[in-house]
Amino acid sequence: MSEHISSAYDRDLEEIQALVMRMGGLVEQSILSAADALAARDLELAEQVRAADKAIDTLELQINDEAARTIALRAPVSKDLRSILTVLRIAASLERIGDYAKNMAKRTGTLVDMPPINGSDKALRRMAREVQLMLKDVLDAYVRGDAELAEEVRQRDHEVDQMYNALFREFLTFMMEDPRNITACMHLHFMAKNVERMGDLTTNMAEQVIYQVTGSMPEEARPKGDKTSFVRTPE
Amino acid sequence: MPKFPLDVLLKSVKSPILLIGEDQRISLQNPAATALLKMDFTGRNYINALRQPALLDAVDQAQLDGTQKTARFLVQTGNTDQTFEALVVPDNKQTLVILEDQSAEHDINSVRRDFVANVSHELRTPLTALLGFIETLQGPARNDPKAQERFLGIMAVEADRLRRLVDDLLSLSRVEETERSRPTNPVDLEEVIRQSTELLEPLAKTAKTHLQVVAPEQPMVVPGDAAQLQQVLHNLIENAIKYGATEAGITVAIHPPAYERSLQQECIRLTVEDQGSGIPERHLVRLTERFYRVDDHRDREMGGTGLGLAIVKHIMNRHRGRLLFDSTEGQGTTVSILLPTVIENLIRQSSIP
Ligand SMILES: Nc1ncnc2c1ncn2[C@@H]1O[C@H](COP(=O)(O)OP(=O)(O)O)[C@@H](O)[C@H]1O
Ligand SMILES: [Mg+2]
Repeated sequence: MSEHISSAYDRDLEEIQALVMRMGGLVEQSILSAADALAARDLELAEQVRAADKAIDTLELQINDEAARTIALRAPVSKDLRSILTVLRIAASLERIGDYAKNMAKRTGTLVDMPPINGSDKALRRMAREVQLMLKDVLDAYVRGDAELAEEVRQRDHEVDQMYNALFREFLTFMMEDPRNITACMHLHFMAKNVERMGDLTTNMAEQVIYQVTGSMPEEARPKGDKTSFVRTPE
Repeated sequence: MPKFPLDVLLKSVKSPILLIGEDQRISLQNPAATALLKMDFTGRNYINALRQPALLDAVDQAQLDGTQKTARFLVQTGNTDQTFEALVVPDNKQTLVILEDQSAEHDINSVRRDFVANVSHELRTPLTALLGFIETLQGPARNDPKAQERFLGIMAVEADRLRRLVDDLLSLSRVEETERSRPTNPVDLEEVIRQSTELLEPLAKTAKTHLQVVAPEQPMVVPGDAAQLQQVLHNLIENAIKYGATEAGITVAIHPPAYERSLQQECIRLTVEDQGSGIPERHLVRLTERFYRVDDHRDREMGGTGLGLAIVKHIMNRHRGRLLFDSTEGQGTTVSILLPTVIENLIRQSSIP
C-alpha cells in the first residue's frame, strides 16, 4: 500500500476500511450465531443476532457518510476512486448478509414450538459455516489485497449451491413423508435459501475484491449449481 | 538497568504479539503474529488485522478504563479451529495485544484428564483382585492345593481382563492416531465379514446361538482399511453374541449401495441384528463413550472393557462413515454402519486456478 507517500486520502481510506472490517467481523459472527441459535433452539442467541443487525446497519450508514465526505473532499480518481467504490459495494453486501442472518434468527423464534426435523439443523449449520468461512476468506483477501484468495472463494460458491440443493431435496422428502412436517420444513427451507443468498453475496464481494486489486472484473462465469430456481421464495 | 531492545524481545517470543499506537495503527508486530495473520499489518489500523467483535470490544474497553481485558480469538484454517486467548494490556496511549494459543490445552487438559482417571479406575479393579489372591496364596492358602487351583483360575480371568483392557487401549490410540488420514484401499466387505464370523463361530456356539450372513451376489467394495473394518465387525458381532444371543440367531447383512441422506452420498450399509433383550433408548446416545456400559455390573461380568464401541466409532470417523443404533427393548438390536462407496472429489483442491 506504499506506492506513494501516505496521503490524506490513504489515511481516510484506511479508516473507512477499518469500519468495513468492524462490520465484517460482526456479520461473520451473526452468521455463526444464527446457525447455532437454530441448532440449539437458543432464543437468547437469536436475539443477539437481531441486536447485532442494528449495529451493522449503523456501521453501513457511517461508512456511506465517510465515503461521501472523502469523495467530496479529496476528489479521488482512477485507482483511488475504484477503492472507495469497492468499499461502498462491500459494505452494501455485508449489510444484506446481516439482514439474512437476522431473518434466520427471526424464524428460529417461530420454529421453537415445532417438532425438530431429523438432522436438518445440523446440515443447515454446516452450510452456514461454509458461507462464514467464505466470508472470512473474502474479508482476508480484501485487507491483504489477495486476488487469488478471492478467486478461490468465488469458486467455492458452487459447493454451497450443492449443499442447498441437497437440503432442498431432503425437505421435500420430509414434507411428503409426513404432512405435519410441512410448516417446519418451509421455514427451514427459507433459512437454507437465506444462507444460499449469503453465499451469492459473498461471491459478489469476491468479485469486487478482484476488481479492486486487478482493475478488471473476473471474466469466466462462475459455476452456477442451483437447480431449484423454479421454486419461488420470498426474499 | 540497561534497556533490552523491545523488537529483539518480541522477535524471540512464540506467542503472536501486536502493539497498537495512539493513532489506532499497529506500531509493532512480531514474527509469530505475522505468521498467524499471514501479513504484516504494521502501519495499518488494528481493526483491519483483528476484526473479531469480542476482541474489538476488549480493546475498546481496555482503552476506555485503562485496565487489562481478555477475549477469545478464533483462527479458522480449513476445518480446524485454533482458539487463542487475547490478553489486552493498555498502557498510557498504547495497547498491547498478546495472543495465547489455547487449543492444545483444551484438548490435552480436559479430555486426557478424564481419560487417565477412567483408565486408572478400570485398571485398579483387576489389579486389586490379583493382589488380594496373591496375598491369600502366600498366606492362608499356602498349604491348600484345592483353594490354590480355584484362586489361580480366578487370577487367570482377572489377568485376562487386564490384557484385554491394554489391548483395547492400544487399538484405540492407534485408531485415533490415524483418524485424520482417510484410508483408500479397496476392501471387499464380504471377505471382511467372512473372516470375522469364522473367528466368532465358537463363541456363538458357546452362547447357544448361530450366525447367518446375508450378502448380495456382486462383490461389495469400499475404500477402507481392511484390518480396521474387520475389527469393527468383530466388535459388533461379539456384542450381539454377548448381549443379544437367542435361538433366533444373529444376522449380519450387506445391503447394496444406496444414497444415504445423512451422509449425502452413496453408501453401503452393513447391519448386525440380534433379537436379544435390546438397549433402553436413553442409553443409545452414550454407547460410544469410553467405558460406558448399560449395566455396569452385568457387562463387566461378561468381560467387556467398555471400549469396543468407542473403537468402532473412531474407525467409522476415519472412514467418514456413520454408526447407527436401532433397538427396541425386549425385541432386539440392530447396529448399522454406513460406508461411502467413493471418495468424493475435493472440489476446493482442484479448482484453484
Ligand atoms: N447388541 C447389543 N445388545 C444389548 N446391549 C448391547 C449390545 N451391544 C452393546 N451393548 C451395550 O453397550 C455397551 C458398550 O459396548 P462396548 O463398547 O462394546 O463395550 P463392552 O466391552 O462392554 O462390550 C455394552 O456394555 C452393552 O451394555
Ligand atoms: Mg464390546
